[in-house]
Amino acid sequence: MSNQFYPLFYSFHFYLFGLMALASSLMFVTRKSPVAAAMWLVATMFALAALYIMLDAQFVGVMQVLVYAGAIMVVFLFVVMLLNLGSPADLNDMRGKWGRLLAGFVGLALVAELMALTKSPLDLRLVLPAATDVPPTGGVIASIAAPMFKEYLLAFELTSVLLLAAIMGAVVLAKKTDAR
Amino acid sequence: MLAESLALSAALFAIGVVGVLTRRNAIIVFMCVELMLNAVNLSFVALSKLYGATGQVFVIFVMTVAAAEAAVGLAIIIAIFRHKQTVNLQNINLLRG
Amino acid sequence: MMTVPTSGTHALASTVAQFVWLLPLLPLIGFLINGTLSLLAVAKLGPDDPSAAGHDAHHDDHGHDHDHGHHAARHKFAGIVSLVGPGVLLLAFALAVAIFVAMRGVEMHEPYLLTLFQWMPVGDLHIDAALQLDPLSMVMVLVITGVGSLIHIFSVGYMQDDPGYPRYFAYLNLFVFFMLLLVLGGNYPLLFVGWEGVGLCSYLLIGFWFSEKANADAGKKAFIVNRIGDFGFLVAMFLLFANVGSLDFAGVAENAGKLPFGGVVITAICLFMFLGCTGKSAQIPLYIWLPDAMAGPTPVSALIHAATMVTAGVYLIARSSLLFSMAPVASLTVAVVGSLTALFAATIGLKQWDIKKVLAYSTVSQLGYMFIGVGVGAYTAGVFHLVTHAFFKALLFLGSGSVIFAMHRAYHATHNHDDAQDMRNMGGLRKYMPVTWTLMWIATLAIAGIPPFAGFFSKDEILGNVFARAHGSMLSEVTWLGVPGGTVLFVVWGLGLASALLTAIYMTRMMLYTFHGPNRSGQAEQGHLAEAPWIMTGPLVVLGIASAAGGWLNLPELIPIGPIGALEKWLEPVVGVATKRIAGTEGHESVSTEQMLIGIAVAIAVVGITIAITRLKPAALVTKKESPASTGFARVLEHKYFVDEGYDAAIIQPTVATSRVVLWKGVDVGLIDGLMVNGSALAARALGWLGSQLQSGQIGTYAWVLLIGVIALLSAFTKYH
Repeated sequence: MSNQFYPLFYSFHFYLFGLMALASSLMFVTRKSPVAAAMWLVATMFALAALYIMLDAQFVGVMQVLVYAGAIMVVFLFVVMLLNLGSPADLNDMRGKWGRLLAGFVGLALVAELMALTKSPLDLRLVLPAATDVPPTGGVIASIAAPMFKEYLLAFELTSVLLLAAIMGAVVLAKKTDAR
Repeated sequence: MLAESLALSAALFAIGVVGVLTRRNAIIVFMCVELMLNAVNLSFVALSKLYGATGQVFVIFVMTVAAAEAAVGLAIIIAIFRHKQTVNLQNINLLRG
Repeated sequence: MMTVPTSGTHALASTVAQFVWLLPLLPLIGFLINGTLSLLAVAKLGPDDPSAAGHDAHHDDHGHDHDHGHHAARHKFAGIVSLVGPGVLLLAFALAVAIFVAMRGVEMHEPYLLTLFQWMPVGDLHIDAALQLDPLSMVMVLVITGVGSLIHIFSVGYMQDDPGYPRYFAYLNLFVFFMLLLVLGGNYPLLFVGWEGVGLCSYLLIGFWFSEKANADAGKKAFIVNRIGDFGFLVAMFLLFANVGSLDFAGVAENAGKLPFGGVVITAICLFMFLGCTGKSAQIPLYIWLPDAMAGPTPVSALIHAATMVTAGVYLIARSSLLFSMAPVASLTVAVVGSLTALFAATIGLKQWDIKKVLAYSTVSQLGYMFIGVGVGAYTAGVFHLVTHAFFKALLFLGSGSVIFAMHRAYHATHNHDDAQDMRNMGGLRKYMPVTWTLMWIATLAIAGIPPFAGFFSKDEILGNVFARAHGSMLSEVTWLGVPGGTVLFVVWGLGLASALLTAIYMTRMMLYTFHGPNRSGQAEQGHLAEAPWIMTGPLVVLGIASAAGGWLNLPELIPIGPIGALEKWLEPVVGVATKRIAGTEGHESVSTEQMLIGIAVAIAVVGITIAITRLKPAALVTKKESPASTGFARVLEHKYFVDEGYDAAIIQPTVATSRVVLWKGVDVGLIDGLMVNGSALAARALGWLGSQLQSGQIGTYAWVLLIGVIALLSAFTKYH
């Protein structure tokens, strides 16, 4: 593949996966059936994983597929099916026309605000750290691992405590109590 | 591609918000929240191209928290369903003051 | 002249005067000992019931019922209390005499100040706990400790059977402590501490037999009426500090001259100060508490409500003579109020039947005399009358106490429930109480102004000064409420003469009804009437001598039977400047004028006594029970011009009604309870209800609210361009 076409090729795929993410997320929020919605969300996540890889975050892309699309969404589907949420009353969960209109308006306002924020003349130094643009040394995983196990070691270790607590909480909450 | 990524991130986040606002099924609301988290992750990754790998570290943390949240949240939903036989948020007002 | 001396350099500093702090400390120690004993007795024997004994606890018949069940034995601690109570006073008197002797040995050009400690060092305000010793405070200290000692000794006999014996002496000692603080304090705030302290003791002692409501009410009345006066005193102090910048006597004397002479500020200060005096010294319009104060034990009436506390107002004006000499209008007001009070109280005294009430109104009247004196700038004369009045009025009160003691004992023995203080129940007591009779006649002649007894000299000096000031003095030059000062002073002089006449009449009337004519106390009681024990008559004798010879303290030039004007020379360093300033260019009265004035005064006294003796018939008097209600003007006098009733209708009832309707029902119940307390509770509940309505438990609603907030915040932080 010649370098001449690479930017075009890149842009094409970037827009493609971006549109996929947008379209599948729109499908996701409009589905009535939880199962269908979950499947469209999985599609969104796959598209996002592709975008991550295109943005030189290969490790995060892989994690997206493994953890989000693989693990978390499977748990969601598992719960949906476990609870057998298929009755018509449960399926009809949309708000009324005015509610949806207002929600759409709020969503548009939010997009406008966020876009304006990216364009705002705020001094970025106040918001973001100085651009380092360090070239990754020792591969993509090492470039993540270095800050994670050096600067953010304490946060990382605390995350393990969080996960442990979450596991125990989930077990306690979901356990069937015969007392009631 | 930074501007496009951020725009997409904003759009996905807004779609998640609209979903939270319009849907009443607890599980779908939950999934909308996951979508919002994903949108934020996208902006982290996009900006990490400019500002170094720290942003990706945060994405990993966000995923971890999302996993924990999913585990606990779904457990709560199961508990509520057991109690009320529904996951429709309109019928759940245990937090009523 | 008046600079603040440091206590180390004054001529008195190396003499016995350096122990001046012991003077107030001794009665305070007495108070602590007696108070402790009183509390101990209460802890061991239960509360002393004032109704169990007491000689004049009851003004009327029904009060007697419960005190004949048993004869109260002497108090458990009577021995030590009898030693401590009068003992500390005698020690203080001895110390006072020693200091007096020391003072005579040095030139007293400036007061001796002993600073004990810094009391209130706040910003520009520096108030020390400082004792000031100068001729004026020395005179007061001698009177207080001297007369006080005698009254304490008398009390040992008078109160011997009272179950509250230690309590009585504790209060009495505390009173002397505060009174000495009042006259020794080196600044107005310290004087005010004493001023309030004696008010407190007065309240405690008026209501000493508090189990009867009338006595407790009388105490409250004295306390509340005095509050009005104290308000005036406080305002005067505030004004003084704001305009003069100092509150100690030396500083005021130094800086008062900077105020404009006769200006609004100085006049207001003096008038507010005089308002304080009208309260404490029972002048119009605040005199009403003093007659009621007779509810207390009779020695208390002698000490507090005749000899010392009520003269505090006179002392205050003499102490502030420099201020008053700069405010002629205020000084004239003092003189006018004094003369009106003198006449007004004297007329009421004409028709009272209670022996102590007669003396009470007589005291009010004589206090009016003192205010005439200090009002016209004759400060020495005012203080002179204060001293002689302390002698003869203490004697009269103690004598009446002796009479009441005898009457009560007789009634007690025969289980009679009649009023032991009503003169209609007495009569002919001369036969049974010759010592008391003699001594009280001396006092009566003294108060009436018969030479050579004490009252003659002091009264004559006051009236003579008023007459002299009426022309050519500073006071005669100003106009008072549009009337020339000279005219005002002539009226004051006339009123003074009229009340002198009335004084002679009502005092003679009291003597006639009490000691002369047939005895009306009853056949059985006559056998029990007897002279009081020596511990009571002893002090009477001493006071009798003082009443007879008190005039020698300050003899006029015309009667050179001893040292001329001793008191005047003695007080010259304190009041000399002010006296001279007021006297101004006033010419010295010619000898013939002075002789004429003395002649008039003596003639009026003689006429008064003669009228009383010729017109009153003690033999025709019937007892209280048989007396018909009086009619006409006599009725008005007997009811004290209905002033109490008038105050009740004009001030008290409207105040009570306002308090009840506006303050209680309106402000308290309506505004504070209703609107503020319950209202805020209601508001909190309403707000809480509103808040709880927000907490619907609907997650969807929460999400909506949250997002609207997010958008609002984002739009607030985003800068568009």
